[in-house]
Amino acid sequence: MEISISNEELEQLLEDVLEIHGYDFTDYSRASLHRRVTRLMRLDNFPSFAELRFKIRDDASYLKRFVEEITVNVTEMFRDPDFYRVIKEQVFPQLFAKPFIRIWHAGCSTGEEVYSMSILLNEANLLHKSLIYATDLNPNVLEKAASGILPLSHMKQYSENYIAAGGQRDFSSYYTARYDRVIFNEDLRKKMVFATHNLVSDSSFNEFQLILCRNVMIYFDKDLQGKVLNLFDASLEKLGFLALGSKETLKFSSINPKFKQLERNKIWQKIK
Amino acid sequence: MAEDKIELVVIGGSAGSLEALLEILPGLKKDFALPLVLVLHRKQSNDSILTDLLTARSSLKVKEIEEKESPRNGTLHIVPPDYHVLFEQDRSFSLDVSERVNYSRPSIDVVFQSAADVYQNSLACILLSGANADGTDGFRYVQKNGGITIAQSPESAEVSYMPEHAIIANVATHVMDIKSIISYLNTL
Repeated sequence: MEISISNEELEQLLEDVLEIHGYDFTDYSRASLHRRVTRLMRLDNFPSFAELRFKIRDDASYLKRFVEEITVNVTEMFRDPDFYRVIKEQVFPQLFAKPFIRIWHAGCSTGEEVYSMSILLNEANLLHKSLIYATDLNPNVLEKAASGILPLSHMKQYSENYIAAGGQRDFSSYYTARYDRVIFNEDLRKKMVFATHNLVSDSSFNEFQLILCRNVMIYFDKDLQGKVLNLFDASLEKLGFLALGSKETLKFSSINPKFKQLERNKIWQKIK
Repeated sequence: MAEDKIELVVIGGSAGSLEALLEILPGLKKDFALPLVLVLHRKQSNDSILTDLLTARSSLKVKEIEEKESPRNGTLHIVPPDYHVLFEQDRSFSLDVSERVNYSRPSIDVVFQSAADVYQNSLACILLSGANADGTDGFRYVQKNGGITIAQSPESAEVSYMPEHAIIANVATHVMDIKSIISYLNTL
């Protein structure tokens, strides 16, 4: 029997989650939410929508799982290696002279991109004067990110990505393997700060030289995308950089005139 | 057999499907009016070789899907590598980087299913050559929602596994060779 929920049921669920728990998903794209909710019902064996709704209204501890499962937390280290090459070759040179570098990974999920950035900063000899703020709306994924522990089975792919991104060392020197897990080195982690931050409802909390938010806004509707881009604009110092996912763009946004794109890369510099 | 109310055609392909496409696309009538969506398993890359190749072989406008665009008549929309594509109720495209399905992102099942949610019985899906089981679950879902499913005939497929898998599961409305696929599309 195929589990499915109607559009009306999905709206009802989103209202409950907002009203009772304060998480606002009402400006998220519905196609993804619909797919994630039916997937969760299958995974957790809910026979009907009514049971899922009851659980969410009634069991605050289940909400954590709900939030983690209906948002997409798929990420990898050095995803799109060319992107990291551009960060290294075109963004870092403009940060060398700064006394202090603040970077924000918004929607960092389980942290794979944060560790990638830390490795790059380390190799450019910038890590010692950097602070990386890694935020997500979901406390569970932040806990995983802060642990620095990843499955050993992913390291082959990540090592290939690292080399393609122009990494010069032996990738395995950055972690220690034990059984089927690896833990990344303490010195990569000590410049990271993990905190919950919801792009829908929370405001700017600092001024940054570089903000990364990749493959997060594809799940937002146009209004929310605009709102979040304004938040990034307000959180970037002049000449700071904003990096988006490979299919995301500033092109149609109101902040676009204040930014200059780095050739065809998904990185924009704030020029006004 | 002409279905007069089809409003979207989604084509899924894997190993060996490019050859089939390079026969199908030039065979389409010049004024082919529907939007087409193409979901191919392929290596992750940012190059535009596939778009350029298919543009050269067809009179359709060919472009890779960007988020929140809507399907356009007479246009072949290519699902970008490393993303699933979903359809919103207003028929616009959403991109998604969630887990691989059938070891694949994009997954043919995911695109077929999401299209069926929105297009219901005005959807036709075509499954071409491939060595993967992707597409069969999607076909089942499309049929359940009243859409048409067409599997490339295994004899005409360079790699028969994928369409054959759907045929054996009994979820293909029609089984067609390349020629029949072309004439079917030209009646829409």
